[in-house]
Amino acid sequence: MPTPLRPDPDSLLAQLQAQERRKARGKLRIYFGASAGVGKTYAMLAAAHKLQSAGIQILVGVVESHGRTETAALIGGLALLPPKIIGYRDKEIQEFDLDAALARQPTLILMDELAHTNAAGSRHPKRWQDVEEMLAVGIDVFTTLNVQHLESLNDVVGGITGIRVAETLPDTIFDTADEVVLVDIPADELLTRLKSGKVYAGIQAERAAKNFFRKGNLIALRELALRRTADRVEEDVLAYRVEKSIDAVWKTDSALLACIGPRSGAEQIIRSTARLASQLNADWHVIYIETPPLQRLPASQRERILKTLKLGTELGATTAVLAGNDIAGEIVTYARSQNFSKIILGRGHRTWPWRKPHIHHIAQMAPDIDVIQLGRGSKQAGPLREAASSESATGNPESSQDAGWVRHALFPHAVATIASLATAAIATPLIGLLDLANIVMMFLLTVVLVAVRLGRGPAVTATVIGVAAFDFFFVPPRFSFAVTDFQYVITFGVMLVVGLITAHLTADLRFQARIASRREARAKALYEFARELSSVLQTEQIFEITRRFIARTFRAKATLLVPDAYDRLQADQTPPIDDIKNQVTNAPQTGSSHGLDLGIAQWAFDRATVAGIGTDTLPGSAFFYLPLVAPMRTRGVLAIQPENRSLILIPEQRQQLDTFAVLAAIALERVHYIEVAQDALVRMESERLRNSLLATLSHDLRTPLTSLVGLSESLARSVPLTPPQKEFANALHQETIRMSSLVANLLDMARIQSGEIKFNLEWQPIDEVIGSALRASTSYLGQHTVDIQLADGLPLVLLDAVLIERVLCNLLENAAKYTPCDARIVIAVRLQQTFMEIAVIDNGPGLPVGKESQIFEKFMRGERESATPGVGLGLSICRAIVEVHGGTIHSRPTEGGGATLYFLLPLGDPPAMPEAECNSAPQEPST
Amino acid sequence: MSDVAPTVLLVEDEPQIRRFVRGALEEEGWVVFEADTLKRGLIEAGTRTPELIILDLGLPDGDGIDFISELRGWSSAPIIVLSARTKETDKIRALDAGADDYLAKPFGIGELLARVRSTVRRLRQGGSLADGSIRFGDVKVDLKARLVTKSNQPVKLTPTEYRLLHALVTNVGRVVTNPHLLAEVWGPSHINSSHYLRVYMGHLRQKLEIDPTRPQYLLTETGVGYRLLLPIT
Repeated sequence: MPTPLRPDPDSLLAQLQAQERRKARGKLRIYFGASAGVGKTYAMLAAAHKLQSAGIQILVGVVESHGRTETAALIGGLALLPPKIIGYRDKEIQEFDLDAALARQPTLILMDELAHTNAAGSRHPKRWQDVEEMLAVGIDVFTTLNVQHLESLNDVVGGITGIRVAETLPDTIFDTADEVVLVDIPADELLTRLKSGKVYAGIQAERAAKNFFRKGNLIALRELALRRTADRVEEDVLAYRVEKSIDAVWKTDSALLACIGPRSGAEQIIRSTARLASQLNADWHVIYIETPPLQRLPASQRERILKTLKLGTELGATTAVLAGNDIAGEIVTYARSQNFSKIILGRGHRTWPWRKPHIHHIAQMAPDIDVIQLGRGSKQAGPLREAASSESATGNPESSQDAGWVRHALFPHAVATIASLATAAIATPLIGLLDLANIVMMFLLTVVLVAVRLGRGPAVTATVIGVAAFDFFFVPPRFSFAVTDFQYVITFGVMLVVGLITAHLTADLRFQARIASRREARAKALYEFARELSSVLQTEQIFEITRRFIARTFRAKATLLVPDAYDRLQADQTPPIDDIKNQVTNAPQTGSSHGLDLGIAQWAFDRATVAGIGTDTLPGSAFFYLPLVAPMRTRGVLAIQPENRSLILIPEQRQQLDTFAVLAAIALERVHYIEVAQDALVRMESERLRNSLLATLSHDLRTPLTSLVGLSESLARSVPLTPPQKEFANALHQETIRMSSLVANLLDMARIQSGEIKFNLEWQPIDEVIGSALRASTSYLGQHTVDIQLADGLPLVLLDAVLIERVLCNLLENAAKYTPCDARIVIAVRLQQTFMEIAVIDNGPGLPVGKESQIFEKFMRGERESATPGVGLGLSICRAIVEVHGGTIHSRPTEGGGATLYFLLPLGDPPAMPEAECNSAPQEPST
Repeated sequence: MSDVAPTVLLVEDEPQIRRFVRGALEEEGWVVFEADTLKRGLIEAGTRTPELIILDLGLPDGDGIDFISELRGWSSAPIIVLSARTKETDKIRALDAGADDYLAKPFGIGELLARVRSTVRRLRQGGSLADGSIRFGDVKVDLKARLVTKSNQPVKLTPTEYRLLHALVTNVGRVVTNPHLLAEVWGPSHINSSHYLRVYMGHLRQKLEIDPTRPQYLLTETGVGYRLLLPIT
């Protein structure tokens, strides 16, 4: 598209996005040469060795040494990827193993011969597609390429050398490669190498020298390679200038619009436009205008047109198929709407002398637009037409819905003949009553009727037969083809012409009407599909509706695959409903999902790209995999098993299918968000309920406990008590305190478990938490002495002080409870790699043997209460708290006897402190 | 203590709690007035003008924090809050609203009486800071002279450390909340830099406490704030 003169924010954004993409993508380096034998593979291997010695991990994906000893020697010392063996017609073919390469994730992979065509049964038909996939996951690729394999130069090289290469590479791959290294040697030197057997061995060398490696060829190829590289270098420079300089040379409005027709030569137009576009560094579009007559073309020819369009896409064009009656008008409308200033057309075949070529119409309608007319190539006109006519009877697949007998080629013509003869029979008795002119009218009426019912061909037959019958039965002398009056010759002529024109017009009208009704049917199907989807509330309903509509509209079996929580696709499990079965009588019902490959579907889902039939990826598959791309993300994959493969390839069917997919995707997304909203609501509601329940419970339990604690303490403190009474009162008080601490533990556990606690994580020194824990623990530490051993230079650690204090208190209480009262407790803190270890060490009797790890276990439901002393809620709370901090809690025996309970807290990246101050300021005023 | 018995207002809706708190306080020589609702409490506070108010935060007719805010409009009587709530933010809110101290339920009588004594002593010794100096342990802080000594040796403090100590000394005995300290020492924009506070408090303890890991005076009220505790004399 042409850019305005000032920097377009969109293009700047696109540039940024391209940079981002490039960062994640692997880098592609192409060793580019004029022909085989110039030393590309050798250069690539040499570079790889250099990189390997620099410590870069290199994998040899595919390298062909062609028996060249120097090259073979260089492969040694590099890691080789074992090839995959593919069975192909009783032979075993070694092929590059893409999955193994992806699994090994090398930094750099060497892939010889980028234009190579993979063996049937590989994931991609072409090696460059394998390379693309590896680049996409960030693997760097070195590869080699000969100039004759470049798609846009294919014609030129074919013309020079007389040999056409079947394996071609889209120019976009070459143009978007990060680096291109030209490997070049003069033609003479190459010939010398060839002669000395360094390129091909033995007889092969002689044959090659005779055919391909003629000096003239080599010089031409070398020039092509050099020029193509120079073009690329210039693009690099331009791109650099756009990136770096403010006064960049912004692209002028030189976007190209190539228009192709159904005839051969379209590919040539595309290649030429591609070359032109790359020279001008311009965007380009390819359009194909489909007029009603063109829609009647046989399916095979339409498929060919689609392939041609695909070639355009591969060479970097944007392509479009437009429908309309007036070719020139459509082209101009498109050019105006997209701001094209240059239109490229092939030189038209003149069908009729009075018809002006489209170029004239375009020039008339849009005098301001440049129109470039390309010369016609002479080579390949023939075969296409043959192919077309041989299949002309197949017709549009949609018309096969018509009753079978119409399809029989000869039958309508027989009917037309009979109709004309019947007209003659009806008119014969009237010969005395009617003027001959009126009888002519009757024949013309027959032609119109035949045209309406049976179409153009039979109408022509009816015309010819009618003229003949008129002559034979009515024109004197009757019952002879002889004509006495010359006037009748004019009558015949006019009758013939009027009949033919009528036939043509009527048939056209009829055809247009049919197209219109088909369009209406399509629009109606879409409308109904959209309407049904709009009221859907559940994913299963979308499955059902989509399956039903795809079956009805495309006569294909559809399966919807949606991803699970981990983005892995799940097959649609719902069994087909009976009424679908009834409607889809044509679709294969038995073994319906046979051949459905979840792997391909996943691939299509992950990349949001189509796969399967008619695509670049596993075209041999029985299914067509269409990703359901919704505005937010890809929602699933629609796998379609068409009855007729070509159904998928017809443009209007594909468009319809794409629209269906978009509708289904949007419906899936909508349902997804309904679910999300409902989930959120339910979660909010249950959270609210749980919070209020816990708060109430907490309040209601604490209030009577407070009374109990206070009243029992009052009782114990009151004076007139006998010693046993005093003892009871004290015991009562102790038990209520135990009770309240138990309740506190229970409530805390419930809150942690329910996720209700809001963690107040802050960076703090651990010694402060230890200090306050010690203070809080004084009541039950009693006679125990506690030592604190802090390692030097402890960093701040991210924790919730209240909770970690709780952990320490519980550990200290535990230590105090299970050790004699003169025991020594140590709190030791040190760093353990990325963790801070906080240990509470005692020298008591130690943990019960074999139960060390169980002490932190929660009370399990249905499990008998543990007989192990010390298994309490306190320690399981410790564990819960430490775990929400991302740490772990353990126990081990203390050296020399006793138990050590310790927990690890992850060290993070503490925030910066304000700058240090001088130490003297506050004393200043005192002097 | 003066001749007239000191008065305390107990605002608490739970009669059993009122009963033992009342008993304990009367044993100490207080005259106790009771209220079981927020509204009643405000009326009692207005008519009895108690020297001390003990307030339960969870009252049937309103939030105790509203009580504090309203009372602070016309009275400076110290308030000790009783709370069954466990969230530290509630304590901070109560303290920042103007409460002097808090006790989490369930609490012991000894604990309650200790808080009451310390609050009242601070109230009555209010003038002891008038001479601008305070002593704890062998540390003496002279606010007028901006001089801090330990065992009669001057202690060198950075300006920030001094500001922090100053904030605690002027609120001696009271819990000063973290947000309050951060705002006062570092300014309102540092409300969330709580690690500053922790690190500088660590410095102060290193310089002033005998055993910094077991502070005697500069106490942490975990999750709430800090308190400069004066030893009971």
